[in-house]
Amino acid sequence: MQHPHRLAVASLAMAGLFAAAGVRADILIGVAGPMSGQYASGGEQMRNGVEAAAAAINAAGGVLGQKLKVEVGDDVCDPKQAVAVANAMVNKKASAIVGHYCSSSTIPASEVYNEAQTPIITISTNGKVTDRGLKNVFRLTGRDDQEGVVAADYLVRTFAGRKVAVVDDKSAFGKGQADIVARYLSDHKLAPALRESVTAGEKDYTALISKLKAGGVDVLFYGGYYTELGLILRQAAQGGLKLQVMSGNTSTSAELATAAGPALEGLLFTFYPDPRKAPASAEVVKQFRDKKIEPEGYVLFCYAAVQVYAQALQKAGSQKYADVQKALAGGSFATVLGKVEFDAKGDPRNPGFVVYQWKGGQYDVVK
Amino acid sequence: MSQFLQQAINGLTLGSLYGLIAIGYTMVYGILGMINFAHGDLYMLGAFVSLTAFAILAAAGITSLPLALLLVLLVAVVFTAGYGWAVERIAYRPLRGSTKLAPLISAIGASIFIQNAVQLLQGARIKQLPPMLPGGFEFFGPGPGSVTVSHVQVLIVAATAVLLAGFTWMITRTSFGRQQRACEQDAGMTRMLGINVDRTISLTFMIGAGMAGVAGLLVTLYYGVIDFYIGFLAGVKAFTAAVLGGIGSLPGAMLGGLLIGLIEAFYASYFSAEYKDVAVFGILILVLVLRPSGLLGRPEVEKV
Repeated sequence: MQHPHRLAVASLAMAGLFAAAGVRADILIGVAGPMSGQYASGGEQMRNGVEAAAAAINAAGGVLGQKLKVEVGDDVCDPKQAVAVANAMVNKKASAIVGHYCSSSTIPASEVYNEAQTPIITISTNGKVTDRGLKNVFRLTGRDDQEGVVAADYLVRTFAGRKVAVVDDKSAFGKGQADIVARYLSDHKLAPALRESVTAGEKDYTALISKLKAGGVDVLFYGGYYTELGLILRQAAQGGLKLQVMSGNTSTSAELATAAGPALEGLLFTFYPDPRKAPASAEVVKQFRDKKIEPEGYVLFCYAAVQVYAQALQKAGSQKYADVQKALAGGSFATVLGKVEFDAKGDPRNPGFVVYQWKGGQYDVVK
Repeated sequence: MSQFLQQAINGLTLGSLYGLIAIGYTMVYGILGMINFAHGDLYMLGAFVSLTAFAILAAAGITSLPLALLLVLLVAVVFTAGYGWAVERIAYRPLRGSTKLAPLISAIGASIFIQNAVQLLQGARIKQLPPMLPGGFEFFGPGPGSVTVSHVQVLIVAATAVLLAGFTWMITRTSFGRQQRACEQDAGMTRMLGINVDRTISLTFMIGAGMAGVAGLLVTLYYGVIDFYIGFLAGVKAFTAAVLGGIGSLPGAMLGGLLIGLIEAFYASYFSAEYKDVAVFGILILVLVLRPSGLLGRPEVEKV
């Protein structure tokens, strides 16, 4: 440090640059999720939704006289990577975050955003995401505990007296859901004949299949993601096991359909009421389809997240965290999902989950 | 009982795949005294080449399954053997004669290179192949006591048996086999006797890589889900198999592979599927501590 004054001048100049950039800057919306790796199709859905919503809002003149700009962060659904992405987003001065995808990523990342006073609108479903009292966390999807109860209730009503197994992949999302299902089943005289965990990322589930077969199990609830679910379905078919499988909300993936092949037929799963069928989304759905993107899964949820944030900014009149947070927490927003409001925890007030079934390469609500 | 039989079949299938890969490790170790850590990635390459070849054949309108399988097998073997040759030529041959550690590090480098190349070229996302060979045979069934052998499992075990028989014949009966064994025993002396040692080593790498390529094709048919990272775990398990059987010993590699497959299958079904890898690697530690030369390996004799 021979020339401290020179350094000071340099940093002053830098600060000046940043300030100048700040005046003209766009409003940066971060979208963080698994853009690569095994859950990448989920990340792609998020990105499609956010980018389309930002483009639509910009075309209508932007927010507070500024344009929205989308910054993509890839956390590969790895909690460590998620924290790194969160720090990068904070450094880039992201105004708000849509994400993350996996609950196990959202939970640690949201603490980083909380410290930096950045609002985050997530689609992760684990209860803990909003149970920690972080004021900056909002969620557009239902909670695992709701979802698990809807699934378990369906199992109890439909498969009373059958042998049911509950298996999870040890992830925050999968195990959280499977625990709730197992407890509900036990409380309603359908105690699981088998409660197991498997390792996510593993390819060989033949041991699980022969265990289920030997135990005479004919109904399986799987708490976890679609990659492993596809392998389990496929290997059950290969192993000659007739199994009615039920799982959670990642089962809408088109990749699941390829991996499972014909074994997909009849798969039951819980998912949000399909936003594509809501009247509020008709026009946006058409725009997506014109661009050859099917707005399946989380696309419209992430689209709605950007709408919610833009409206909250408009209402707050500034990007100041305290104002925006208040606007988000107390507001009522018109989105492609219909009207969105948050409760005291940041969970959505709209109802949670419906049971669907795959049939002939498509899925539809079970009546 | 039926669970036992079922898991024995599943374990045998898995073990055959490990055995096929383990042969590559053990052959290279036998002739060069090094562990080719890029070997697992050649298996991964085999899987990707097979998937691509299936897609191309489907696009070209070849629907006959036996023909498609044969063509894909050919492409996968030629491609991975080519890679085996290239890896040896680029990453190992220039280092021959230097310290023992240098080719080992170079092997890890080659492994990282192949993984990243596939990730960049094919994307990091998981790739799927729809089931090509559905169905199977059911015994003692139907019901909870039934035992199922799927067509893919039959194919895997049969292909492994045929390859192994051909391979044993090649090593014991052909002139290449004699050269290979000679290089294994004393490369310097073999060279003085006018055998092209470099060519023999190249061929050894290519054969090992080809076997890994076949394993890659079979695993694609079996699970139908692959990604750029599958080579790592499969490679480490096959390496464990080679060590268990006695590294350097060819029947040992196959035996080790089968044992690892069976241990994994039984442990997963009778104890815990979560910790089956712990069982496998626990065995590796036990073998290294109690019998470092493996089940069928000859202890290294220090020549004075």
